[in-house]
Amino acid sequence: MSSFAGRELLNPANVMEASYDAGTTLQQDNGLNFLGKEVDTGTTIMAVQYDGGVIVGADSRVSTGVYISNRASDKITAVDDRIYCCRSGSAADTQAVSDYVRYFLDQHRMEYGQPPKVATAANLFQMLCYQNKNMLTAGIIVAGWDKEKGGQVFALPIGGALMEREYATGGSGSTYIYGFCDAFFKPGMTKQQCEDFVTKGLCHAMARDGSSGGIIRMAIIDESGVERKFIAGDKLPYGPL
Amino acid sequence: MLPSSAPLHEALGLGGFNFDNTRRNQVLGAQGVAAPRVKKTGTTIVGVVYKDGVVLGADTRATEGETVCDKNCEKIHYIADNIWCCGAGTSADTEATTQLVSSQIELHRLATGKAPRTITALTMLKRKLFQYQGNISAALVLGGFDCNGPSLYTVYPHGSTDSLPYVTMGSGSLAAMAVFEAEYKDAMSVEEAKALVQAAIMSGINNDLGSGGSVDMLVINKDGNTVLRNVVRPNERKFRKAGGYSFPKGTAKVLTQTFTPLSSLPIDVTTTRSPAAMEVG
Repeated sequence: MSSFAGRELLNPANVMEASYDAGTTLQQDNGLNFLGKEVDTGTTIMAVQYDGGVIVGADSRVSTGVYISNRASDKITAVDDRIYCCRSGSAADTQAVSDYVRYFLDQHRMEYGQPPKVATAANLFQMLCYQNKNMLTAGIIVAGWDKEKGGQVFALPIGGALMEREYATGGSGSTYIYGFCDAFFKPGMTKQQCEDFVTKGLCHAMARDGSSGGIIRMAIIDESGVERKFIAGDKLPYGPL
Repeated sequence: MLPSSAPLHEALGLGGFNFDNTRRNQVLGAQGVAAPRVKKTGTTIVGVVYKDGVVLGADTRATEGETVCDKNCEKIHYIADNIWCCGAGTSADTEATTQLVSSQIELHRLATGKAPRTITALTMLKRKLFQYQGNISAALVLGGFDCNGPSLYTVYPHGSTDSLPYVTMGSGSLAAMAVFEAEYKDAMSVEEAKALVQAAIMSGINNDLGSGGSVDMLVINKDGNTVLRNVVRPNERKFRKAGGYSFPKGTAKVLTQTFTPLSSLPIDVTTTRSPAAMEVG
């Protein structure tokens, strides 16, 4: 988003445009100016932990102002074989951060001699997001499986706090489903119950939030590996439970 | 030792961007001084993946504000023989960024002895653009064919990237995307893909006032690339006067003439400090 006071102030492109915006029709900022607006994953993301694994899910809408620049994107990004993250906020920032974490985890895995822990990945994310909090708009959920603690979910909201949760939601669409999650999450759900919880939650958020939509993408991560799923936009389970 | 007064990047001879005048320009702008116009490519650029390669397309209009300053510019830039990149935004930035990456890719090819990959060019581009936090106004469509087959990406000025089977960028991206959303099919033939790209660019030329001129296309597949420059020229000049225009001597009347001999001018002799003589032994 364009909420970085410093960044906007020091943007010579904007300085130039402001001066010749007046009187020209070419440079009008009607929300379609693809150069001025940052690509934003106005998003709904979710992750739930169950006995033996985790399920992560996300919508697929990426917008630049009022234009949907990608309607089938994948906001679920792998940073290791069994550790994934859901990205929300600035697309550029979250891609850069997850690229760094993937690189650090690759190195760490070689020194460590075995697959990294989910907590390690989450702490790397927190390190980058907290230390650079003034320059980033990144709301991330880290989720994965390791052999010490099984499936785990870590929420990493925009300020750079890190907290482990049984489930987490994020992105602009999450505000629409706080009530749903409070009412229907219960500890100790089965894998299938968790999957239904994620798809129901996401699809209701996508129905109410203008910045979320498209298809649902999911990843089910456990000891045996990762299963990727998606639900087409016309097959969403919208409606009562 | 570095001279402490010189900015570090200058002292190191690193070149790059310089934002020293930004604050001054803001103050001047607030006082009503008009900033110079930047040459921009209010553009339609597109790309499509087909059965065994990618087709890139671009219009050829470059603008300065509301003025068309180049009716036939080239917006499909060379990165490597198997990787090309369409550029929208400030043309100086798209040109500089793609040239820099092209050079890095060539050095990488020589160092590794392997054909360059599209993902390598993509990573170089996104790191550069992210480093400059959106101040480099380059919105790109990157297409290539490597050992993993065809690939197509968009790169935004802030450094985010997307990978899709059909993409559009620039001010005409909405017009072009409308064509793609209506007509795209999986696993098209080259001819189908070329026709689709042509239709998308024509849609940009006809419906977006930032786009215009002619249609440029480029096909990349396992056999290499085919440049299709100006495949459609909907805006060509229809009439040209036979024999052109010629004006006989004396058409412009000479009103006065003055002659000043060089020797009558005062001579300003400035001496420059000569470098120290080279010493031998």
